[in-house]
Amino acid sequence: MRLFNKTSVRLIMVACVATLGSGCASTFDSINPLANLEPWVKPYERSNLADPIMSMNRNPVALAYAKHVFESREGARGADGGAGGGCGCN
Amino acid sequence: MRNTYLSLAKARVVPTVVQVVVVAVTKRQAATAIRQKLNTLKVTLCRLTLIVSALFVGAANSAVLPTERADVLYHAYSGDGVTIDGPSVLLRKNIGGKVSVSANYYVDTVSGASIDVRATASPYEEVRKEKTVGFDYLNNKTLLSTSFTNSSENDFEANSVYVGISQDFFGDLSTISLSYSKGWDVVGRRGDESFEEEADRQKYGLGFSQVATKSLIVGFNIEHISDEGYLNNPYRAVRFLDATTDRGFSFATEKYPNTRSSTAYSINANYYLPYRAAIYGDARTYSDTWGIKAQNFKVGYIHPIENDWVFEVFIRHYKQDKADFYQDLFSRPDEFNFMARDKEMSSYTGVTAGISVAYEWQFSQTATIKKSAVHFEWDYMKFDYDDFRDATAEAPVGEEPLFGFSANVLRIFASIWY
Repeated sequence: MRLFNKTSVRLIMVACVATLGSGCASTFDSINPLANLEPWVKPYERSNLADPIMSMNRNPVALAYAKHVFESREGARGADGGAGGGCGCN
Repeated sequence: MRNTYLSLAKARVVPTVVQVVVVAVTKRQAATAIRQKLNTLKVTLCRLTLIVSALFVGAANSAVLPTERADVLYHAYSGDGVTIDGPSVLLRKNIGGKVSVSANYYVDTVSGASIDVRATASPYEEVRKEKTVGFDYLNNKTLLSTSFTNSSENDFEANSVYVGISQDFFGDLSTISLSYSKGWDVVGRRGDESFEEEADRQKYGLGFSQVATKSLIVGFNIEHISDEGYLNNPYRAVRFLDATTDRGFSFATEKYPNTRSSTAYSINANYYLPYRAAIYGDARTYSDTWGIKAQNFKVGYIHPIENDWVFEVFIRHYKQDKADFYQDLFSRPDEFNFMARDKEMSSYTGVTAGISVAYEWQFSQTATIKKSAVHFEWDYMKFDYDDFRDATAEAPVGEEPLFGFSANVLRIFASIWY
């Protein structure tokens, strides 16, 4: 089996586009229409987001078990763990 | 962690101080004294606000190590003639401000027999033990994670490694993450010492999340999974017409392809309500090279009362279309190259409703244990199959009632944060 198949290449391309879109690559700022976009939620406005009830993984030990039960009973799999769900929900 | 937030607060206060000083020295002498006092007050208030805000938003900044905590859980699943229960222990400890290590020990004790087994074999009992160790490294806004998992039971051995990277950007409002994992399975069969097969698995994940407003977080995930090797369940069988038997049918070993690739896309959102409560939802669509297509969605509501109680309810709906090579009843044992009658390959719908309650104790932030909690969570699951019949029922072959079952799932656990 090849290490990178068609879908994997697509995922990597999407990641590259997202990274450029973030304006992280200053080289591309002049041609990036999103470069002038400023973060619109200030640090002092994030108290709601910081509340534990906003976390997507409030109790990891219970979430892992629930995920295991669904995987055992269903044919579908993947993209259900909030992978990369950083976002202020730690 | 707290030092990181204080540093952020200071970095944002300094420009304010400079502005204040510049403004003060350019005004008339007569107003200078009053303005200086007002500005000093403003700066003090600003500094306090930012420090307090930074403390409150600590958990909102994803570029931090996972929370240090320990959990001891008892889980129990009961449905379709099967009981599965056991403990799970999860420990996480940070080392300095950049490294976090975790360990999980999980046990499934399975007894009974599901409909797939009841139709062809006897009830059984077995134990599965799973061990995971994890390591996270934080560098500025980048979190690197890796873990190793071993799962062992008498007829199955699985090992897997996981690596992931998560990066915050855009004022910490956005997070992108990539992950890869690889697994190696060795499949055995009870009562047949000579049976040993292997299967490998690779998973590629991409996640993105965005703080949309001061009360809304949204995200999406993509995961691609590729399997290669022996992908059958060695205990499940296909049913075929057999006029030589009393029941009119017999069973034969399933035949699966030796590769499978799947891709799943999901979106999710968490919204903080005008009062202290939150609603959340997620949706996923799935397809694979075996022809299975599935969609599921879930919505939930979390309602804390004071700082002690946290209540949560949710409902989840799942719908699946069968694999191309699935049939409830075949005409002969070698009718097709690939044949399956595993009910998880059929067309069906599932609904799960859950309720949970937690009671929390808050302690001083300087104490060794900062918080503790006990949790009780109960899910009720119901599955209805569209083309999987109950082969144990007394009825003409192929006219048995469609199968369905319900299950209860319990999670009872205690947690401490330190």
